[in-house]
Amino acid sequence: MTQSADIHVSNVTLRYGAGQKTVLALDGLSLDVKPNEFAVIVGPSGCGKSSLLYLIAGLEDRTGGAITVGGKSVNGPGPDRGMVFQSYTLFPWLTVAQNVAYGPRRRGLAEDERTRLVTHYLAEVGLSGFADHYPAQLSGGMKQRVAIARALANDPVVLLMDEPFGALDSQTRHAMQRLLLRVWDHSQKTVLFVTHDIEEAILLADRVFVMSGRPGQIRKVLPVDFPRPRLGDIVLDPAFIAMKREIMGLLRADDEDEH
Amino acid sequence: MSEKSPLSNSFVPYRPISLALAIALGAAVWALVIGGWMLLTYGGRVPEMFLPAPGKVLMTAGRLIADGSLMMHTAASAQVVLVGFVISSIVAVPLGLYMGTYKAVQAALDPLVNFIRYLPVTSFVPLFILWIGIGIEQRVSVIIFGTFFQQLVMIADAARSVPRDLVNAAYTLGTKRSTTVRHIVFPASLPAVLDVLRVTVGWAWTYLVVAELVAAKSGLGYISLKAMRGFQVDIIFLAIAMIGILGLITDQGFRLLRRFVAPWAV
Repeated sequence: MTQSADIHVSNVTLRYGAGQKTVLALDGLSLDVKPNEFAVIVGPSGCGKSSLLYLIAGLEDRTGGAITVGGKSVNGPGPDRGMVFQSYTLFPWLTVAQNVAYGPRRRGLAEDERTRLVTHYLAEVGLSGFADHYPAQLSGGMKQRVAIARALANDPVVLLMDEPFGALDSQTRHAMQRLLLRVWDHSQKTVLFVTHDIEEAILLADRVFVMSGRPGQIRKVLPVDFPRPRLGDIVLDPAFIAMKREIMGLLRADDEDEH
Repeated sequence: MSEKSPLSNSFVPYRPISLALAIALGAAVWALVIGGWMLLTYGGRVPEMFLPAPGKVLMTAGRLIADGSLMMHTAASAQVVLVGFVISSIVAVPLGLYMGTYKAVQAALDPLVNFIRYLPVTSFVPLFILWIGIGIEQRVSVIIFGTFFQQLVMIADAARSVPRDLVNAAYTLGTKRSTTVRHIVFPASLPAVLDVLRVTVGWAWTYLVVAELVAAKSGLGYISLKAMRGFQVDIIFLAIAMIGILGLITDQGFRLLRRFVAPWAV
């Protein structure tokens, strides 16, 4: 298994459009994520947090600044940076097993090796019995579990997650958070996770990066020291609530800047 | 609720109805049309020269099946449609997928294609006769000309509506940009492409008659034209019915094909 890598984002700007109508989405944003770290970016909608993830994945081109992953400068997308999207992106024409095997297949792995990876990662996300199902036959939560298995089976050095549980109901969302933490614990990949849900951010993160509204910048970095595994009732812990209040305050300060 | 008749229960917007009722309704409308036809002809309201009775058409059908001419002309027509449609599709599907995926291909082809697309195919028939003559090539050309540009635009649309994040996900899994059409755009738009083929094969049948009316020595359009000269309205009816039946068969064929090659799509 490949080592996990660090992510360096340094003074990155992102500008959309041309001429008079340009929009500055990110303005000199910098952040560092350590190897094996679970980093969460939380920010108001439209602050450019998803755009930042797309820049690191190489799916969009930055206007300025530098991004390196594992010491290599990012220029375009590549299989070293796995990504789980907010929308469902399983390939509908492939079965669950074929979806998970897609990346290894592109890398030219032999069939028995692909089968081994599929078996392992479907077990990791608890979907061993669904190998031959098509995505259309799965619920939203199951689709995202397959998407996580598919990203990990390709053995990336970092895992980028763009509000992957945003469309799920709260019961499923909590189950998915626990599952993700367990999978992360086994794989020890670097994870950069984007959300607008403050509670989700604190539950998951080693460090929370709070972003300001547009143009996006990192407003504050908060280390989260609650011991793992973090159980459900930790959200009632006074220290947890205090941190939640602090982040809410940081995000609200942003609203007031605008008005 | 239970007091109401099944029919009034069936007039709730978007509510599904039973298969038996669906078949009964479809059959009832056909019965109405044929009943009206019988009333007009056997009732003596319309001269037989203009509207033949159903029995007459059936008898003619029996006669032409027996002497093999119906099969011969149907096969001749089907061959023209098949050859024209296959040639058109073989070029339109890949080109349409690239057109929908790459803006440069679209920018290059869109102005020309949209110009040609609105020209009536019939206006090119004299030109084709002049250039190609009156052989099967002429009829095949009419079919290709009639279907190709429509297919191209609709298939490009199908390729354009592939979700961007599906392509993005493929990139993060190691798909190269140069193989995106083959690995992602083609399979993702396959159900829509098959729907386009299903719709356009119907149009191909309509252009067939245009081609055969003008220049042909065999085919369903040809026997219609010949029958008109001899006031054999029953044969015209028969030819129209044959085209309808063949259209129905091709349509069902494409439905089956879609279920077979794209079983994941609902």
